Amino acid sequence: MKPGLFLRAAMAAGFAFLWLPIVLLVVYAFSADRIPFQWGGFSLRWFEALARNERLVEAALLSLRVAAGAATLAVLLGGAAGWALARFGPFRGRAAFGALIGAPLVLPEVVTGLSLLLLFVALEGLTGWPAGRGATTVLLAHATLGAAFVAVVVQARLAEADRSLDEAAMDLGATPLVAFRTVTLPLVAPALAAGWLLAFTLSLDDVVIASFVSGPAGTTLPMALFSMLRLGLTPEVNALGAVVVLGVGAVLGLAALLLRPRGGAPH
Amino acid sequence: MRRALLLAPAWAWLLLFVAAPAGILVAIALAEADPGLPPFRLALSGAGFATLVEDAYYLDALLAALRVAAVTALLCLAIAYPMAIGIARAAPRRRLLLLAALMLPFWTGFLLRIGAWIGLLRDEGWINGVLRGAGLIEAPLPLLYTEGAMLAGMVHAYLPFAVLPLFAALLRLDPTLEEAAADLGARPATVFLTVTLPATAPAAVAAFLLVFIPAAGEYVIPELLGPPEAQLVGRVLWQEFFQNRDWPVAAALAVALLVLLLAPIRLFQRIEARP
Repeated sequence: MKPGLFLRAAMAAGFAFLWLPIVLLVVYAFSADRIPFQWGGFSLRWFEALARNERLVEAALLSLRVAAGAATLAVLLGGAAGWALARFGPFRGRAAFGALIGAPLVLPEVVTGLSLLLLFVALEGLTGWPAGRGATTVLLAHATLGAAFVAVVVQARLAEADRSLDEAAMDLGATPLVAFRTVTLPLVAPALAAGWLLAFTLSLDDVVIASFVSGPAGTTLPMALFSMLRLGLTPEVNALGAVVVLGVGAVLGLAALLLRPRGGAPH
Repeated sequence: MRRALLLAPAWAWLLLFVAAPAGILVAIALAEADPGLPPFRLALSGAGFATLVEDAYYLDALLAALRVAAVTALLCLAIAYPMAIGIARAAPRRRLLLLAALMLPFWTGFLLRIGAWIGLLRDEGWINGVLRGAGLIEAPLPLLYTEGAMLAGMVHAYLPFAVLPLFAALLRLDPTLEEAAADLGARPATVFLTVTLPATAPAAVAAFLLVFIPAAGEYVIPELLGPPEAQLVGRVLWQEFFQNRDWPVAAALAVALLVLLLAPIRLFQRIEARP
């Protein structure tokens, strides 16, 4: 059935609502005016101001490091968990295992953040580790969150893939390790890559959990941005927005290339 | 053997970073407030929960959060349905493009999008500037720090969550059903209400819950866009913890929010588990 006029108008309105704030955010990044979202002629001065804002640059570098570490840990953990859930059949404690790995997906952020902070405080009281809070505790919290997403992606990918492939490899004399390396790993690699990117962006975007579990030495980019926005908007936020939108566009393009279905079975 | 090797680290991680925090949260919700450091004393006092029950402020915060989350989820559904139908009926190549257009804003940074809304809605913001430039208003309209601003930010943040399940269900829907209804003379609105909506009802419930569950605990959007009187549970929990340093009450609020969300979470998981 061809979409009618009303439907097309409603869809266009939905996309306009989604895109208008972002487009304006990026456009006004190139405005010289001191007041954000007012046009004062073309200028790159706010990108320069952004690059000179040491607090933001430092926070961004910390965020990138934390996100990369958290995403890598999340892929190891979530990959193992997704693998177990897809391929181990019924094992002891499977229901509890599935509930625990999936819990961060459904818990409100304030609950996750508060409970992890309480854990770190209790652990420090009992064992002396972690001494204080900062980048490490944020990394551990984000890895836990990211692992939940990776596990879902990996489990879904393995569920749709044919199990008999690695069995066939082993029937033909491959050792389990060789079968894993030559059959299964190429099969899950796109899911692992997509999961890593997902965990990476989740970490880069999180302010609530990070605010709970971080300390004075661990101000991530969203935390710095949040305190800026509380005081009021500056054109540097527009410049940052332009950098992120263009960067994310590039990363998503890369992800689309990685996940492009390659001949044979439809995705 | 290989299985144990793979499972043991994952189990250890999950017990330490998912199960243990939940246990500690409940223990501190039951503990007694104490001026020391950390500001509580382990006990089975239940004083935190007693405070929640006695002071209407906390119950109001929970109910207000559920109301705002429900309104957000309904608005998302209303906006998401035409988008999902449009995407599902588009030609494959165009469909991919539309899906990318749906997801890209979602990946551009949550706080930056809130910042954009502040820039649009402020007194000296873009919308007031345009209206004033057109001679429609003299004094700026108070748009920011209102319930409307908060809802706009919430719907903007959660809209893709609502579109995706609807889109997936619409793809599975046999298009000849809608065509048959239209051929028999049903108007588009009637086709939607009698064929499309019933056939995609479970997905609509899933979409509603996918927005409702995270929105119920939302802290950042009410804080940055909402009016000061919008004391939703996420905000109250934050204040109890960071400003009042009342850890037992903050933990009790977290437990209460979880208990309230348990039924929606279970319902969502059951819908997702359907074949």
